[in-house]
Amino acid sequence: MTATETRVVGKRLPKLDAPDKVSGRIQYADDLDIPGMLTGAILRSPHAHARIVSIDVSKAEALPGVKAVIHAGNVQQRPFGYGHDNLPLKDRKVRCVGDEVAAVAAIDEATAKRALGLIDVVYEVLPAVVDPLEALEDGAPLIHDERLDIDGNVSMRWDFETGDVDKAAEEAAVIVEGTYSSPLAAPGAIETHVVIASFDRSGHLTVWSPVHMVFMYRKELADTLGLDWGNITIKQPPVGGSFGGKIDIDTHDFICVLLAEAAQRPVKLAMSREEEFIGTRTRQPIHFKLRTGADADGNILFRDTHVISDNGAYNAWGSHAMLVAMNTVTSLYRVPNSRMRCAVVYTNKSYGGSVRGFGNPQSTFAVEQQLEEIADALGRDPMELRIQNANQAGDVTPQGLKITTCGLTQCLESVKEASGWNERRGKMKDRYRGLGAAAFIHVGGGARIYGSDGCGAMIKMDDSGQISLISGSSELGQGSETALAMIVAEEVGVPMSKVRVIHSDTDVKPWDVGVHASRTTFVAGNAARLAAGRARDKLLAAAAEVLGKDDLVIEDGVISSRSEPERAMPYDKAIRRLLLREEGNVIMSTAFYDPPTENQDKGYIGNISATYGFGAHVAEVEVDPGTGQVKLLNLWTAHDVGRAINPSAVEGQIEGGAVMGIGLALTEELPVRVEVGELMAPNLHDYGLPTMVDAPRIHVDLIETNDPLGPFGAKGIGEGGLIPVPAAVANAVADAVGIRPRQFPLRPWKVLDWIQTGETSNVVKGAGRG
Amino acid sequence: MRIELMVNGDPVSRLVEGSESLLDLLRNDLGLVGTKWGCLTGDCGACTVLVNSEPVVSCLKACAQLDGSTVTTIEGLTPTHGLSDLQQAFVDHFATQCGFCTPGMIMAAEALVNSGVPADEAAIREGLSGNLCRCTGYNKIVDAVMSVIEQRNA
Repeated sequence: MTATETRVVGKRLPKLDAPDKVSGRIQYADDLDIPGMLTGAILRSPHAHARIVSIDVSKAEALPGVKAVIHAGNVQQRPFGYGHDNLPLKDRKVRCVGDEVAAVAAIDEATAKRALGLIDVVYEVLPAVVDPLEALEDGAPLIHDERLDIDGNVSMRWDFETGDVDKAAEEAAVIVEGTYSSPLAAPGAIETHVVIASFDRSGHLTVWSPVHMVFMYRKELADTLGLDWGNITIKQPPVGGSFGGKIDIDTHDFICVLLAEAAQRPVKLAMSREEEFIGTRTRQPIHFKLRTGADADGNILFRDTHVISDNGAYNAWGSHAMLVAMNTVTSLYRVPNSRMRCAVVYTNKSYGGSVRGFGNPQSTFAVEQQLEEIADALGRDPMELRIQNANQAGDVTPQGLKITTCGLTQCLESVKEASGWNERRGKMKDRYRGLGAAAFIHVGGGARIYGSDGCGAMIKMDDSGQISLISGSSELGQGSETALAMIVAEEVGVPMSKVRVIHSDTDVKPWDVGVHASRTTFVAGNAARLAAGRARDKLLAAAAEVLGKDDLVIEDGVISSRSEPERAMPYDKAIRRLLLREEGNVIMSTAFYDPPTENQDKGYIGNISATYGFGAHVAEVEVDPGTGQVKLLNLWTAHDVGRAINPSAVEGQIEGGAVMGIGLALTEELPVRVEVGELMAPNLHDYGLPTMVDAPRIHVDLIETNDPLGPFGAKGIGEGGLIPVPAAVANAVADAVGIRPRQFPLRPWKVLDWIQTGETSNVVKGAGRG
Repeated sequence: MRIELMVNGDPVSRLVEGSESLLDLLRNDLGLVGTKWGCLTGDCGACTVLVNSEPVVSCLKACAQLDGSTVTTIEGLTPTHGLSDLQQAFVDHFATQCGFCTPGMIMAAEALVNSGVPADEAAIREGLSGNLCRCTGYNKIVDAVMSVIEQRNA
């Protein structure tokens, strides 16, 4: 499709919130103060698995300055989470280190912490299991022995099959097989979780929380604590980084509300950095045992995978990451036959949430390494093999994903050219340097995982000419507020300076499923555009009465007649002409956009997103063969973004995602002390978040395919920058030193071990063809 | 002990306890919440301020060491009207996303630029490697700082 001509969309405009951010004036949750506010603190389990024998809070309650002490024995709470397997305050058992056992609210932090030390909890320590393979063994400790609906420690299964994998395996000329693993990792926002709760004297609850699936948050809060969800307001302070970490409700959110209820005072609960690692959601480890087969011409015939997702102690969003991992197994490139057998397994450790990429980096790490392994086995260039097998516009994948626009081939060509692939891959081994590629597919037009995948928008034009967009969506820093304002300015025909965006109060804003799945520009953008168009039509109708013409257009805030351009008026005058008269009216409009997608059936077939994002990366690495240290020298990226509403913002998403991917690829992990199930180093010093010197300059090429359903052609791009990085880096290491990385991060001692043991591709059929 | 110092040009006199950090003083006592915290262990750099023109992670700086010092925070760096050249460059280059690291990053960058660092990408990256940003991927922060070094040298 060709792009619509635009005046605002496509420009590199600064973020609306940038001046207040660079001057430190933006107030995040921890910057807020409410008169009378108390400080909350949580007592956490030191054990990975234990029975709670007794809790005695009498000494803590007696400490002067303590206003509330709560535990499972003195609050009203119901189980939450998928399978209702979790409680805000644990009653019978704790199932991971960091589990919440009791909490206090006190006049200051020192008193609150002192009170925690006065709570006596008697535990009966139980055998813990932190390895999912051990958790699957007969006789393994049962983590949720109360759940009679599940088999052992298997929390849920995700099974998918299309075509005939076994027949395809018989026909394949070459098959590679391997197991690919990923670590326990963290979202790593610089702002930790902070929540404030306050009940007014009529019993109305207000919660300040940097959450971004805010309407679900409100419902879950009410359901779990037995509150009236129509009597709760959620206000969203600016988010100091989320990456999925703040997507939905965390245990401490419930606890903060319980403390505020018990104390009848406002309570703030701020996670320390250690608590952020221990007590909030993680990116769960996933183990893919994958087989890929191709015919002699290099056409991919099948993928067959057994997946173990190391869920941790409870089901949060991470238990559903298989939904996205599956898309890559079935639908990255044309794959006629695929099978996926997945077990989500409880273990006694931190549990998985919805971290950027949501299962896809892990899946792509397996799938895209095997693409290069297949190419190597066939003696083919992996980039050519990718282009040969690339998805194309018009394809419907065997999982039912409808590929409407697809820039995958262009992306592959772009990074091939930029990286000097043909001249350099396989030719730098003498310097231990290599190039590796990886592509991705990811939802780019919403993701239907709930009854509605919609978002509401309202437009209000007032007598000053100010145009307010009240959007259901949330700004996380990614720049959606600015993108939405640009869409409204474009659609109405006014300068950007006239548009304000309101999006952070559930009393005001219309419903939205929330910010996740790279959906905001696409879904909230379409909603904003629809509402803006309706308001513009009302504006032009008002102007038509004054100008006596019905062929009106509006550009840069001036309404004029196409046939008689001298008949013109400023748009704000038209607003006032409609308003300031007998029987006057104001211009307001509403819209709700729910993308035309399908709920997947029980076999996970269905078009989950209205469009799909594609992209390709090439990494260049240098490996120190003596230490195993991998240095990333370059990362070239090309992304099918549909259309860049604001190219600077789009680049920012891709560059930021890519550097998160570099962290995953090379350094980030939360090692667990196996015997006791505790994190060895829950701090930013050891975690391995990339610094400015760890990341090279990221090269970005934006490929515009102008999606017919996207607002002005845009697709979602929030996660893609991260997804292919671990795979591309692993492939580059394979090119440099001839080994096959089986897990990320590629820490030096692992790489050294693979070099020394000669870890290479496992070609189970057709070896030596190349 | 009693300390007397200048914060953003204003005199401050306080009795401080041994454990009180400069971050505590700024955020909890003086209400200067533009300075953020991310770890309290000196690893993230979000709380960076200038003490006697040198960048310091305020979470690890004891107030007791500050008698006679001059402290500048992001509030003090911001002119009465508009923005400083460095702040404007962060706006123009899209160098802030969630913005949580931004005040600390700008204070560290201000010290770096004032130190006479050359307009060299590697030098900028090295100089700001104590400040973590999880959003931007750093390209645009480097570009913003580079532009200010070039402007000030011009």
